[in-house]
Amino acid sequence: MAGFIAQRLAKGVLVLAAIVVLNFFLIRLAPGDPAVVMAGEAGATDEIFVAQLRTKFALDQSLPSQLAAYLGSIATLDLGYSVRQQMPVATLIGERLPATLLLTGCAFLISIALGVLLGALAARRAGSLADTAITGLALLFYATPLFWVSLMAIILFSVRLEWLPSFGFETVGAGYTGLARAADIAQHLVLPALTLGLFFMAVYVRMTRASMLEVSRLDFVKTARAKGLTEGVIQRRHILRNALLPVVTLAGLQAGTLVGGAVLTETVFAWPGIGRLMYDALLQRDYNLLLGVFVVSSAMVLIFNLVTDVVYRAVDPRIEVAR
Amino acid sequence: MSRAIAMTDSPPAAPPAPARRRSPLAAILRHPGAVLGLVILAGAIGAALLAPVLYPASPWRMVQRPFIPPFTLDRVPLGTDALGRDIAAGLMHGAGVSLLVGLVSTLAALLIGVPLGALAGYLGGRVDDALMRFTELFQTVPSFALAIVLVAILQPSLGSMILAIALVSWPPVTRLVRGEVLSLRSREYVQAAVVTGQTTFTILRREVLPNTLSPIVVLASLMVATAILLESSLSFLGLGDPNRMSWGFMVGAGRTVIRQAWWITAFPGLAILLTVLALNLIGEGLNDALNPRLSRER
Repeated sequence: MAGFIAQRLAKGVLVLAAIVVLNFFLIRLAPGDPAVVMAGEAGATDEIFVAQLRTKFALDQSLPSQLAAYLGSIATLDLGYSVRQQMPVATLIGERLPATLLLTGCAFLISIALGVLLGALAARRAGSLADTAITGLALLFYATPLFWVSLMAIILFSVRLEWLPSFGFETVGAGYTGLARAADIAQHLVLPALTLGLFFMAVYVRMTRASMLEVSRLDFVKTARAKGLTEGVIQRRHILRNALLPVVTLAGLQAGTLVGGAVLTETVFAWPGIGRLMYDALLQRDYNLLLGVFVVSSAMVLIFNLVTDVVYRAVDPRIEVAR
Repeated sequence: MSRAIAMTDSPPAAPPAPARRRSPLAAILRHPGAVLGLVILAGAIGAALLAPVLYPASPWRMVQRPFIPPFTLDRVPLGTDALGRDIAAGLMHGAGVSLLVGLVSTLAALLIGVPLGALAGYLGGRVDDALMRFTELFQTVPSFALAIVLVAILQPSLGSMILAIALVSWPPVTRLVRGEVLSLRSREYVQAAVVTGQTTFTILRREVLPNTLSPIVVLASLMVATAILLESSLSFLGLGDPNRMSWGFMVGAGRTVIRQAWWITAFPGLAILLTVLALNLIGEGLNDALNPRLSRER
């Protein structure tokens, strides 16, 4: 297992390096001097700073040495300086990262739990009214724009029903501590996590349902039935466990979409995570910060993929012997 | 789903049997969801085509007092937004942008994805390895974040939006085409073409790719749906073409006044939802019609 993780880690680092190279070329796609682009909007910065950037990133030298300088600075976790926010990009992102991890983590757990549950339910009663209702609902959520369902949720649950707060991370100025603060944050988390999770729930419902129907036709399920096992045991132990494998693979593939979706959810709910930071960077055309968030969110996806790889090995009943 | 239609003809990947083949159109029309999807899509296309006729003036123009609720004034049936712009006019003009971006960016993604997948699957070996690593890289990157960065750097316009969406949506095409080509490569008729000395390009174009068409069509219909979601999300963040009214922009513009005027955000969002839903339904119908073998799995 350790060797497997090490191998995946090495692969992840390579992919991250490739993404940083991609970043390097993206900066050069922007119109104008890369140093000015990195510093912020043209005219908004002073000459000395731009000159500093030019030496630091070897911009007066050949393209390969520019790339080397850029890779070197990223490798030391130096993501540059945001002139707009007057702070290093790495610090800005570091401050905002926990909120995003909390939000995407909760949304992920909600979506996979509900998705697998509803998908399994639909598969068990394929063709029934419940199945039609669940697949119909999944299709609807799959087609709903994330930002819009968030806004509609605010109208319904915050404005009309006044059940839940509509924006922010916690009640500003309330001065809660300990458990009271946790409860307050949880209250603020409900709407963003639910709306972000719904789309992915739809994805997992469809996958779990299709996968369970496929597995239930396999020979070993017939054997289990012939042995006289109860239907519940067959569903859980034989069908679901095997049907979950493609769901785990899909979860890994969806990680990128989840992180991207957080940009929209955080923007709508004013959730102080890196998605919201990306939106602010976008409004101010703070390219350095924008690219920094992009690199960090890519790294998040890579770590998530690593975790799903490990989980896959843990739940796959076929490689139990090899461990 | 019980919609699966029992079809007796051969799957499209095998050599065709024209005499027994039921027309795909007839098969789609037997799929109630797909018919609903086609009706909704026809409505969206109609709105896009009729927009310049019914609302010849710019949708950005102020026509009435701001914040008129819907269904109160006949001149502005769906009400006005915070600047007194006609919401119905915006919806009609926005239809064209969404459909255009969805369609063109999907075509562009196919232009990137199909050749890469065909080469990877047909040539195999190192080329396949390298191309698959490249595809994986693009699948790992958070696609929406990459699209934001691309549009922001290239400056918002219809062209940069299409380019960005195409650049983030081609990997599934490559993977699909590669898989199909891999399974077709060793077929006898392909081998026959190799023996007769045809070039790789000709073999791919004339023997292999035509047989991968139906899964590509199904995937493409779903990709148009995803592309419209991406387009509206980008426009919502203010990355749309500043000269074109779009549904995502309308939702974004109404966001700040959502407490006073729900209709400004509700209607354009509903339009996106319906269009994307329609395309997904059509995709499912196409899948059942073109890949009868797969449809039984659903």
